[in-house]
Parts: sequence; C-alpha cells; structure tokens
Amino acid sequence: MSKLLKIAVRNLLRYKRRTLLTTSLVMLGVVFVLVFVSLSGSFKAMMVAQITDSMIGHLQLHRKGYVASIDTLPQNLNMKSGAVKRLEKVLGEQPEIEAYSPRIKFGGMFSNFAETTNIRLNGIDPEMEFETVPLLSGRVLEGKDTIGRGEIWVPELLAKGMKVKVGDTVVIIATNQNGSVNGKQFLVAGVLGSATGPGGRDGYIHIEDAAEVLRMEEPEISEVAVRIREFDRLGVVSGRLAALLDKEVNQMGKPIFEVHTWEKLSPFYNIARMIDLLTLFMKIMLIAIVLVAIMNVMIMAVYERIREIGTIAAIGTRPGRILSLFLLEGLSLGVGGAILGNLVGAAVIFGLNLSEITYDFGQQKDLLLQASINPADVLVLSAIVIVISAVASLQPAFKASRMEPIKALKHV
Amino acid sequence: MSVIVATNLWKNYQTGDVVIQALKGLSFEIEPASFVSFVGPSGSGKTTLLNLIGCLDKPTEGRLEVAGIDVSALDRRNGAAFRGDKIGFIFQDFNLLPVLTVYENIEYPLLMVQDVPAPERSKRVLALLEAVGMIEQMRKFPDQISGGQKQRVAVARALVTSPELVLADEPTANLDHATAYQVIELMKKMRDTFKTTFIFSTHDPKIVSEAETIHTLEDGMLTGTKTVAGGGK
Repeated sequence: MSKLLKIAVRNLLRYKRRTLLTTSLVMLGVVFVLVFVSLSGSFKAMMVAQITDSMIGHLQLHRKGYVASIDTLPQNLNMKSGAVKRLEKVLGEQPEIEAYSPRIKFGGMFSNFAETTNIRLNGIDPEMEFETVPLLSGRVLEGKDTIGRGEIWVPELLAKGMKVKVGDTVVIIATNQNGSVNGKQFLVAGVLGSATGPGGRDGYIHIEDAAEVLRMEEPEISEVAVRIREFDRLGVVSGRLAALLDKEVNQMGKPIFEVHTWEKLSPFYNIARMIDLLTLFMKIMLIAIVLVAIMNVMIMAVYERIREIGTIAAIGTRPGRILSLFLLEGLSLGVGGAILGNLVGAAVIFGLNLSEITYDFGQQKDLLLQASINPADVLVLSAIVIVISAVASLQPAFKASRMEPIKALKHV
Repeated sequence: MSVIVATNLWKNYQTGDVVIQALKGLSFEIEPASFVSFVGPSGSGKTTLLNLIGCLDKPTEGRLEVAGIDVSALDRRNGAAFRGDKIGFIFQDFNLLPVLTVYENIEYPLLMVQDVPAPERSKRVLALLEAVGMIEQMRKFPDQISGGQKQRVAVARALVTSPELVLADEPTANLDHATAYQVIELMKKMRDTFKTTFIFSTHDPKIVSEAETIHTLEDGMLTGTKTVAGGGK
C-alpha cells in the first residue's frame, strides 16, 4: 500500500499546478466551513448561555397548563406548597441536577410616586437563584449584586424611563388571584441590564416579599428553574424528569407537573436551529466543492494517462490495483486539502480570537467574539472531505480499471 | 512441448457493416527459448497476432495455446494474472512509467503484479539492471535517459518476472539503426541467459535477419516460415 501511495503522490506531483489548485480549493472549502462553524458555534453557545444562565435556567417545571398561559403569568396555576414539596423531593433525588430555584412570577404596577407603569416581577430566593442562573448577578449594572428583603432590582429600561436610581424608594402594587390589591415599598438595590429573550426585562424581588405583596397565606410557586450538571445531557435528564413527574398525579389521576427545556420556552431556539441549518448548508457546499474539484481532476488524470493505464494493465496489473491507484490519488488530494484546511482554519480562528472582535446581541453590547472549534467537528469535517474525495474518485478509477489494455495502448 | 500452439486462428473486426478479416486461419507452433520474428507489411496482421498471443485480445475462431493454456477461455481477471505470470511485453514506444525511476520501473511488475517480497525484488532487479547495463542509471527517471536506454529498461522490465515468453511489437521502430541492433543483441543475450522465448515483429530487414525463425505474414495469412542460418544464436 505504501508503494501504491508513493506512486499516487508522484502522479499528483506530475501536474503540480493542477494539484496545487485543487488542493487549495478543497483547503479553502474546509477553512470556510471551519471558521463558520467556530463563529456560529460560539455565537450559539453564547446565546444559549445568556438565555439559560441569566434567565430561564436549563429547564423549568410548572403546574400543568401554566406554560400555555405563561404570557399572563396566571396566579391560579401556581403550585401549592404540597405540590412543591413533592417536586423538591423528586429533584433532590436526581444526582444530575446541580441546582434549582423556585420563583413566584407576577405582573404589577411600578410607581416612583410621580409616575406609574407596569412591570413583570420574579420573586426569588437569591441563594438558590444564583446557583441556578449564575449569570444573573452579572447583569447588575449598578448597585448590589445580591438582593435582600425589601429590595428590588429594576430593569435598566424601566429605571431610565421612570428616572429611578439605586437607593430610591419605589412602590409595587399587585392584584392577587382573589382580586385583592396590595402594595409595598421597595428600596432600589440595583439596576439590571436587559437580556435578550423572555424575562430579559423583568424586575426581581425577594420571594418572601413577593408572597407578601400577593398576600399568600402559604407560599405558592409559579415555576421552578433547574440547572443540570452536564448541559449536553439536557434531553436525557429532562426526559427522565418528565417520566418521574408524570407519576405525580392529582386526585383525578392527571399529571400535576409539566417539564419544559429552555428550547421550548425561548423563541431563540429557532435561531439556534437556523444556525444549525446554515452550518448544514455550508457542509453541503463543501461536499459539492470537493466532489466537483476532485472528480474533475481525476477524470482529467485518467484521460491523460490512458496509454499508461494500458501499459500497466498489459503487464498484468489487476483491475483492483488500478482502481486502488486512482482512488489513492483522489484520496491524497482530499487528505491534503483537509490537513491544510484544518491548519489554516485553526490559524484563522486563532487570529480572530487575537483580534478581540466584539458584537452586539439584542440589548447586550460589546460581547466578545470567542471563536472555538470542537475537535469532533474537525474530525467530522475531515471525514466528510476524505469520504467525498473517495466517492469523487470512484467513477474515474473504476473507468481506468475497466479499460481494455489493447484499446488503451492504441490511444493517442 | 511448444510454448505456443496456434490452430486455425481467425480474427475479425467489424466496423459498421464492414467485417475486416485481420487473421485468416493461422496455424503454427513456437518452441521454447526460440527467437522468433513475425514480418510483413503494415496491415498484414503482425500486431493483431501479437495481441492474441499476449492475451490482450481474443481470436474470433480457432484455438490458441500459450504456455499450455487455452488463452481464448481466460476472463479479464485471469487474463491479467496470466500475463503477469507468463508474458513480458516490450513496446514500440517503451511505455515506461514516467513517475518511476529506472529501478522502480523494472521493480513494478514484481511489486504490483506478483507481490514478490522486497529482498527478492531487489536481488532480481539489480541482476537485470546489471544484465542490461543500466545499473548506473538506476536512479534516473525515463525522461533523463536516451531511447536506447529506455528500451533496455523495457527489456529488463519484461524479463524481471521470469516469463516464459516475451512479446515485442516493433521494439526497434523508434530507434536509430545502431541502437536498434544493440537492443536486438541485448534481447538475444537475454534469451540465451534466461532461456525465455522472444517473439518480435518488425519490418526492418536488417533486424529481421537477427531472428532464428522468421514467419512472414501477408494479408492476414502466414505465407512463409524460414529458419535463418546463424540467426538468433
């Protein structure tokens, strides 16, 4: 095989310019795909991290039917304390769950004593919330990066619009599920930067304050955000959790809870899907480039060397060997292009990271572009190029192996 | 036992509705270790006959035995294996592989056709390089040597697998007379050394006289066979 490879490589080097052009074309294709995958992958990872680690969590648990009405934050679909205890018991038994955070979500009025506007609020247990969505405190633009009783984090746009700053006193007024209106004063502890996605412009207060504003006789929870240890296993964990929670039924035998991953809760999942689709199209384009470039070269190679093929066939070279020889030539072009493409692609990605390019994502400004490539992506991409090289060489190689030596030797 | 036995050999080619009879009922035998020439004008059927003997083509009718095998019954794969084992080829245009050195060109059939182990390959290639006087050019590529030297390499390549038969179709056509004569002398020397049957076609009368048996072909028919006194050996 090594001798066959040596002959194949020497044959490629006979036409240096053509080999160089073809290898360069394959290399460029690999570089474009690698850079695109690294950029889109890092953008997607950043986007998902922002959504899951600063707002939604990896997955959320609600009372059955809550998500269908989530835009109205229905208090009548909150989970009672008994249900929450059952839920916490199940969650506590799952080793793959890193943290969870119960929330009371409601809509209310926000007043600075001069003006009033509406606001969506999350009542949280700060310690549990920060473990579940660790980037939340990082969104605090001004003020304290934690929240205590009687304090509120006000979203940035609301703070600007209402001319509220850290240290000011504001009033939250809300109606509970019985129609009872209540108000409570809060001290502005921080101004929270907006995040792109659902809940990105919500305010935050302590969970006990939320229960007090809503005059809950016993705490009721709107949702439980959950963080799992290995994000890649989200599908498996959510599936297992859903199966376990399906066993928790009400008196009518119907499931009490519902499980939703971030993908079901955020419209940005569609953007993530679009990125995956674009990556797929890039890979298809790469396949087309490799296929056309290598097939073209190999067809030319067979046509130019018909007499040579006749000679080696005449002296007894088996058709399989001739097929292997031309397959190896095509494969060498693919392997060469893939190796060079990976090296140049890695250099381009390194250069992009060195140049510290920033970009905006929704309300978030100056996010640092951190291009990175998964070794598995490099391997898959290289495998695609190599397999397609072999496929592209197959027809010309087969043609060469089936050539009649007598006709090939007469070829001028 | 004859190395070649041809019995009532016919070969027809069809071009459109026209059937061309290239060989018309040839019958002959060739003994082992002989030095045989087929002569005749262009279109007389020399190349067609050599192609049949070399298992590159099949007769339309008749029986052709080469080295005891009925070659008309061989399929594509077995034909290639038979050629690799029993027959060496020398071509008019030398047909050396341009990407291989002189050494590698001679080594090629051992490596790619017969799968001979490396030490044995090296021994046989070096012996033939020595025999054809090309040992000093062994690292050169075909485009770095003369036409005569190329044909020496081709002779060595044809002999390296120790075939029973070497076929040479107009081996001297692209060489000047002096070089052509040297190549024929080399072929005779190789025949004497390795006891291999050499069959070549030519239209050069001076070269023809070097053969020990001369078969004359005209219009696809064998019109004469003569043994040349002092020819061959």
